[in-house]
Amino acid sequence: MNKREFHKYLLATGALGLAEFPPGITAAHGQTRGGTLNSIVQPEPPILNLAVSQLTPTQMVSGKIFLSLLTYDVNLKPMPSLARSWTISSDGKTYTFKLEPNAKWHDGKPLTSEDVLYTVKEFLPITHPRAKAIFGRCESITAPDAQTVVFKLAEPFGPFIGAFDISNLPVMPKHIYAGTDVVKNPANLNPIGSGPFKLKEWVRGSHIHLVRNENYFKPGLPYLDAIIYRVVPDGASRALALENGTVQLTQWTDLELFDANRLAKKDNLAVTTKGYEYFAPIMWLEINNRTAPLNDKRFRQAVMHAIDRNFIKDKILYGFGKVATGPVNSKTKYYEPNVKKYDFSIDKAKALLDEMGLKPDAKGVRTTVRLPVSPYGEMVQRTCEYIRQSLAKVGIAVTLESTDPGSYTQRISNWDYELNLSWLYQFGDPALGVTRNYVTSNIRKILFTNTVGYSNAQVDKLADQAAVEVDEAKRGALYSEMQKIIVDEVPIAWLVEMDFPTIHDKRLQNLVTSAIGIHESFDTVYFKG
Amino acid sequence: MNLQWLKGLGALGVRLAKMVAVILLIAIFNFMLVRAAPGDPALVMAGQSGATDAAFLERVRADYGLDKPMATQLVTYLGKIVTLDLGYSHRQQRTVASAIAERLPATLLLTLSAFAISLVGGVVLGALAGVRAGKLSDTLISLLALVIYATPVFWLGLMLVLLFSVQLGWLPAFGYQTIGTSISGWAAVVDKLRHLALPAFTLGMLYLAIYARLMRSSIIEVSHQDYVKTARAKGASEGRILWRHMLRNALLPVVTMAGVQAGTLIGGSVVIETVFAWPGLGRLTYDAVLQRDYQVMLGVFLVLSVLVIFFNWVTDLLYRVIDPRIQAA
Repeated sequence: MNKREFHKYLLATGALGLAEFPPGITAAHGQTRGGTLNSIVQPEPPILNLAVSQLTPTQMVSGKIFLSLLTYDVNLKPMPSLARSWTISSDGKTYTFKLEPNAKWHDGKPLTSEDVLYTVKEFLPITHPRAKAIFGRCESITAPDAQTVVFKLAEPFGPFIGAFDISNLPVMPKHIYAGTDVVKNPANLNPIGSGPFKLKEWVRGSHIHLVRNENYFKPGLPYLDAIIYRVVPDGASRALALENGTVQLTQWTDLELFDANRLAKKDNLAVTTKGYEYFAPIMWLEINNRTAPLNDKRFRQAVMHAIDRNFIKDKILYGFGKVATGPVNSKTKYYEPNVKKYDFSIDKAKALLDEMGLKPDAKGVRTTVRLPVSPYGEMVQRTCEYIRQSLAKVGIAVTLESTDPGSYTQRISNWDYELNLSWLYQFGDPALGVTRNYVTSNIRKILFTNTVGYSNAQVDKLADQAAVEVDEAKRGALYSEMQKIIVDEVPIAWLVEMDFPTIHDKRLQNLVTSAIGIHESFDTVYFKG
Repeated sequence: MNLQWLKGLGALGVRLAKMVAVILLIAIFNFMLVRAAPGDPALVMAGQSGATDAAFLERVRADYGLDKPMATQLVTYLGKIVTLDLGYSHRQQRTVASAIAERLPATLLLTLSAFAISLVGGVVLGALAGVRAGKLSDTLISLLALVIYATPVFWLGLMLVLLFSVQLGWLPAFGYQTIGTSISGWAAVVDKLRHLALPAFTLGMLYLAIYARLMRSSIIEVSHQDYVKTARAKGASEGRILWRHMLRNALLPVVTMAGVQAGTLIGGSVVIETVFAWPGLGRLTYDAVLQRDYQVMLGVFLVLSVLVIFFNWVTDLLYRVIDPRIQAA
């Protein structure tokens, strides 16, 4: 496809605000149609249907096989995908999507509004952990014709337009899944999607081989012939693979950050930290608010002062990140920078602990707390060790407890900890990925909820009001006020806004075109020259 | 003749019955051990998904049968074992038997290759060191064996990759085969061998060192036997003495050790399979343990137990071949 054809395609979509290239997409000047992109997937996904499995590796591979109605640019602005255009009613309750008329499933059957309806109303409620919370707000979801889907909300929900990405709403083929046990359908291992790539071969423990979908609805795309995801469990081997050209792309935590820094300096490789804006995790230290002395705000503020977060960012994360200021990542909507600041100060930390009457004993220890170390990489281990070292200076003795995934998730779910190092995705909007950790109604013995047990009636009220507020400015003001309260009370010690390096062969173009980066469909990715 | 045959059959029957009883006991023990670990697959899946709700956890637990009493789960499991049904992996959405069958050939190829390298290499080097005890070659071989034994296997593997793959570019760094091209016939065999070379050599090194040391000691001991002195007195060459008289007797301790370690070799392939991205049973086990995929874990433990028992039986048979004076158990 040449530049003129590409422009004509974009204009023909009629999508809002799309009279030019979406941010990040370059015209395919001098591109080579063809080539096989080799990348890493670690750990290996258990299945290849991201409507059933929400694991990151599944999302990354399946995002080439399946599509959603929308995607989002690096500024979290919605862009068309299976939906070529959409409108939102003035009261913020009715969302109408017009589908691509030429979209087909890999088996040649047409993709219609019936597939979207089936996915949202029958499939996802069974399998998807977030679907009910999002689409359960609809009082009706209808399909007036084969190319139109209408979502009608019971009341306005501000982040609703941000919920149509591939991780929330991967559209499933009704003709494959209807009437079957969707969890055990064989298509989960041999998926039929509508995306630019389809599965050719999956050799467990070795690789997943995707090939071009010749019937993709965007003419001339995808450029790549194939994508091969190699399963490489050892970190050193992954670094070697990129270094010797066996693979041309690594992402997320494929590489240890010291390897990432080293390899990013190679002449043939480029590094970017864009493409994670939708996830925007903050590495933080959860503090169990239930038990003394952690239930005292001054203790938690002392923890914030005692940890040199710049050190974590520079020495443990090798510069990949930014010191966090509060519960909302600076890349997420409605981020409020004007909150109380916690500078690194041992003296301030000690003063707060003295003020609350927590005096050190003969050995200088004021209290002892437990920190179960999650088994998700060397970076976690090093950060926990640094936290132990930092808090020891103010008299808080930290006992690090090694765990495996099963033990770790069990302990956190059951609130069996005093401190916990973790990070969660924000999904582009505080209502989708932030307030779940701070509202009283979400204090539950389940992961990724308000496991620290924080409760503030004003925060609850602000979160509820902001979720249904349609006016952007008012919504922003509500979230600002909420952030100021939370930052003052420090239920969680926010450490660093994490960046992840995507390192790739410089010949690869259009790799990051949206806020979900390497989870995108890769339909415009090509090798230059 | 018929009586001997019947006696042999009876002995075999008793041996088989013992093996079945051991396997069942191992199955029960593994079941209890696996269930004793904290956490469950629902929580692990939730932890890796970044989100969850109560309905999701309930559904996964029901799929895995974790909502039933432990005794019920054990009885169900044993009932399936007896009918050779290893269960279903809800995480991978396929039978455990198919998951194992897919990975077992790769592990067998790797471990048997490593076994062959270690046994042949260890016997040859050990014999050489033994017949030249006290000389320079003995010192060098013994030192080499000691260094290999003291070196962490995964480090050795990585160093070999750095040398042969990164620096020299002779061999692939990891993987089972070249992907994305259609190779067949001898080219496919050569491709497989090139990918096998480094992991098999790495895995075999530790055991090569053990067998070399053992063979050396065994040769030295056997060389003082009367029949060896007699053979020398009769004018037999040293080569003939070694090959016809010493080797078979010196092999017995090595065969014993090899039989015991055959099972360890398969279990120990996890590290090598991880370093070299070899898609074998070791990696399947490691991933299943981390993910609390109980059915896969139990299936693999059972298969490994059966293999160890089988190798022990083969070892006993080999004794009779090497030394017919030894009665079969």
